[in-house]
Amino acid sequence: MTTHLPRDEQDASAIIRDASEKGILLSLSGSNTKAEMGRPNQTDASISSAALTGVTLYEPAEMVISARSGTPVSEVVRTLAGKGQELPFEPMDYRPLLGTGGEPTIGAVAAMNLSGPRRIMAGAARDSLIGVRFVNGRGEVVKSGGRVMKNVTGLDLVKLMAGSWGTLGFLTEVTFKVLPKQERMVTLVLRGLKDDRAIEALSQALGSPFDITGAAHIPARNRQGASTLIRLEGFSVSVDYRLGELRRLLKRFGGSTDILEGRGAEAVWQSLRDATVLTDGAGRAIWRVSTAPMKGPDLTKRIAEALDAQWFYDWGGGLVWISTPVDGDAGASVLREATQALGGHATLVRAPAETRSAVDVFEPQGETLMTLTKGIKASLDPAGILNPGRMYAGV
Amino acid sequence: MTIAFPKPDEAVLARRKEIIEGLGRLVAPEALIVSEDERRAFETDGLTAYRQMPLAVVLPSSTDEVSAVLRFCHEHGVKVVPRGAGTSLCGGAIPQPDAIVLGVAKMNRVLDVSFENRTARVQAGITNLGISQAVSHEGFFYAPDPSSQLACTIAGNIAMNSGGAHCLKYGVTTNNLLGVTMVMLDGTVVEIGGEHLDSPGYDLLGLVCGSEGQLGVVTEAVVRILRAAEGARPALFGFASVEDAGACVAAIIGAGIIPVALEYMDKPAIQICEAFAHAGYPLDVEAMLIVEVEGSGQEIDDMLRRIVAIAEPFRPKTMKVSQSEAESAAIWKGRKSAFGATGRVADYICMDGTIPTGQLPHVLKRIDEIAKSYGLGVANVFHAGDGNLHPLVMFNTNVPGEMEKAEKAGEDILRLCVEVGGCLTGEHGVGIEKRDLMTCQFNEADLAQQMRVRGVFDPLWLLNPAKVFPLEGRLAA
Repeated sequence: MTTHLPRDEQDASAIIRDASEKGILLSLSGSNTKAEMGRPNQTDASISSAALTGVTLYEPAEMVISARSGTPVSEVVRTLAGKGQELPFEPMDYRPLLGTGGEPTIGAVAAMNLSGPRRIMAGAARDSLIGVRFVNGRGEVVKSGGRVMKNVTGLDLVKLMAGSWGTLGFLTEVTFKVLPKQERMVTLVLRGLKDDRAIEALSQALGSPFDITGAAHIPARNRQGASTLIRLEGFSVSVDYRLGELRRLLKRFGGSTDILEGRGAEAVWQSLRDATVLTDGAGRAIWRVSTAPMKGPDLTKRIAEALDAQWFYDWGGGLVWISTPVDGDAGASVLREATQALGGHATLVRAPAETRSAVDVFEPQGETLMTLTKGIKASLDPAGILNPGRMYAGV
Repeated sequence: MTIAFPKPDEAVLARRKEIIEGLGRLVAPEALIVSEDERRAFETDGLTAYRQMPLAVVLPSSTDEVSAVLRFCHEHGVKVVPRGAGTSLCGGAIPQPDAIVLGVAKMNRVLDVSFENRTARVQAGITNLGISQAVSHEGFFYAPDPSSQLACTIAGNIAMNSGGAHCLKYGVTTNNLLGVTMVMLDGTVVEIGGEHLDSPGYDLLGLVCGSEGQLGVVTEAVVRILRAAEGARPALFGFASVEDAGACVAAIIGAGIIPVALEYMDKPAIQICEAFAHAGYPLDVEAMLIVEVEGSGQEIDDMLRRIVAIAEPFRPKTMKVSQSEAESAAIWKGRKSAFGATGRVADYICMDGTIPTGQLPHVLKRIDEIAKSYGLGVANVFHAGDGNLHPLVMFNTNVPGEMEKAEKAGEDILRLCVEVGGCLTGEHGVGIEKRDLMTCQFNEADLAQQMRVRGVFDPLWLLNPAKVFPLEGRLAA
C-alpha cells in the first residue's frame, strides 16, 4: 500500500485532490501510535503527516504556539517548557495502553481531542485549539480560526476538526493557546473511601473556590486501598493556603490523608492521564466513559453487576476508565445500556480489531444526529475518501 | 449607511396576511405581534443605525411552539431571524421585511440546577446574569460576562459565542457550554451534548456555538456553573508610553501570572471615562492597565505584590492597588462605563477586532492615523490579555457624511487587525456589520467550506440569511 508523505500543504492538496478524483480511499496518520484505535477500515493508500514537522510560531508573551501537524508532541512540550509554559489540557499519551512505540504527533492531539486530568479546570484540547489549516476531501486547503485566542469570525470549523479523527480533513497545521506552567503542584490524598463517598468528596472539592486542577478516585483493588486524589497548582503560598482550607473542608469524610508532592505525585497524575492505573492485563478491553460526575458510581455499579470490570474515575467522577473482558461484545451492550440510562457516552479505546469491527466503537447516535453527521462528512469530503468508516459506518 | 440588505421576496410580502393567519394557528394570540407599532420594538438591535421592519414577530413559550413555527416557515419558504434580547452590536438580530422575528425571551426559566455536578439547565431566553443570580445563593456563578449581561440572553450568547472581561481565566461561551436543545428549520428537535463533558462524535456543540442563529434555534442550554473565588481586587497602573504598558503585560504573563482581568485603556479613553466616572484615573499618562486578581485576602496580597514588582521596571507614573471595596468599584466603574461615557461626548461605532498582543503599539499608532485621515477621533479599550481590541470611532451624526466616514475608518481598522495576524471580531460576531469584510480574512475556499457546512443545517438559506456571509456567491451544501 502506498504511503504518501506530503512535504507541504500544496503537496497534500495535490495528493488528496487526485485521490478524490480517482476514488482512492485514504488512511490518515501521524506516526501510527494510535493506528489500532477506532473502527478498522479498508483503504487503498495512506497519507501521513510525518514529513510535516516543526514549530512554525511561538510567542510566549501571547501564549500561543503553532506547529505543523506531524510535529512530535514531545517537541511542542519541550519548546513550551523552555519558556515555562505548557499545553493546559494535559494531552494523554495512548502508547502505554496500546503498547505502541514512536512519537505521537500534535496533529493527532487535535484530531482526537486528547485531554487529561486538567480538562475539568482548563478545558479539553478543543478548548485550547484556536486555529487549524487542513486539506478537505476535495483537496482544497482550508483555514479556520487563527493565532489569536478570542475569535468569533465565521463558523467555528476548528471545533469540528477537533475530535473528527481525520474523517473530515487532513490537518496540516494546528495552533494552540497555552498557559504558564505552575510553580508548585500538590496532591491531597484521602484514603479508604468507597466510590460514592469519594465522588461526593471530589464534588465538594470541585465546588469549592480553591481551583482544583485534578480530581480522581482509584477504588480498592487486591491489597491496594482506595485513594481519592485532589490536585492543587499555583504559587507556593497560595497552594499552602488552599491545601489547608481543603483539608478543613473535607474533614467530614474521615479516614487518613496524605500529601503527595514532587516526582511521585507527577508519576501518579501521569498514570491517571494515560490510564495505566488499569493494571489487569493487556488482554482486556478498555472503555472511556464520559458522564455527569455524580453518575459515575451508579454507572460502575451497573457494570460491575454484569461484568468482571476494573475501573477508576477522573474529572471528579465524570470520566470513568473501565477494563472489561474482551470476549463477546467486550461489554458494549452493558455499557451502552448504562450510558443510555444515565446520560453520557462510552468509547471503546482498546480491543482487538475484530471486536472493533463488530461493535460500535463510538456511542451510537440518534437518527437526527446521524443525519447531521453524514451531512457534515459529505460537505467536507463528498467522495468519502478520508478515513472512511473510522468513527461510524458510512461516515 | 453603507451595508446592503437583500431585496425582499415580493411573493412572501404578498402572502403576509396568509402567513400571519398560519402562525396564529400555532401560538397563543399574545405571542404573535403584527401591528406596526408593536413590531417597531423589534426593528433593530444594538446596531441601531440600521432598521428593518419584520413581517411579524413570534414569541413562543415552549420548544414545541418553536418547532411548530419553524416547520411552518420551512414549508412556506418564510425567512426567520432568531432573537434573544436584541443587544447584538453587529446587527445579528436585525430583521428583514420578508422575515419573521422568532424571539425566545419569554422562555426564561431555570429548569434544573445541580451544584454537585456544577451544571444548570436553563431555557435559552434567560438573561446571562439571570443564571448567575439563580445560583449565587450557593456562591456559584456563570462565568462568561459580556458587558450587556443584565439584558442579553444565553440564546444570544450561544449564537455569538460571547466573551467578556474575565475570559482570560474562564474562557468564553463555547468553553462553558455542555449541551443544547436546538430546533432545526424543519421543526426537528435535536439534543446536542448533555451534562457530561465532550461529545461522542463530531463536536456539533462547538459548531453551533457562534453560528449566529444560522443552524437552528436553541431553546434550552446546559451550562457549567463555577464556584466564585473568595474575593477579587484590582490594581491600576499608568504608563508614559504605549510600549511600556504593552511590555508590562508581556512581563506579567512571562512571570506565570494569569490575572482574572487585564484591561488596557489609551489616553482618550482614560480622559473620557474619568470625566464621567471620577474614578481617580491618571490624566497625565498615555496608557493605563487595570489588573485584577482573585483568591483569598492573603493570596490577593501576595499576587498584587508580585505584579507591582513586575511593573516597576516599566516606570509606571501611577501605581494604585485598591485598598477597599469602594476603591475597587471606582476603578471598575470607569472601565465599565467606557461605552456609555463615550456616548456622552460623541456618537461612536464600537469595533471588535483581535490582534496579536505584541502588535499593540503598532496597531494603536495606525488606528490613530486612520481616524485622523477621516478627521475623526478614536478612543481604545483593550482586553490586553487576549488581544481583543475595542476602538471607539467617534463622529457626529448631525454632520452629513460623518457616519459613513466612521464606518469607513472602522473597516480600515478591521482590515488592519487581519493584516497583523488577528481577526475581524473577537466577541461581538459578524452579523451584518462585518459581513462584507469576511473576504479579507477568509479566501474563497475557506468561506465555501463554512457555507457548505452551514448548508447541512439550512440548505434553503432561511435562517438569519442576511448575515455573516457576503450576499454574493452563496452556496447551499
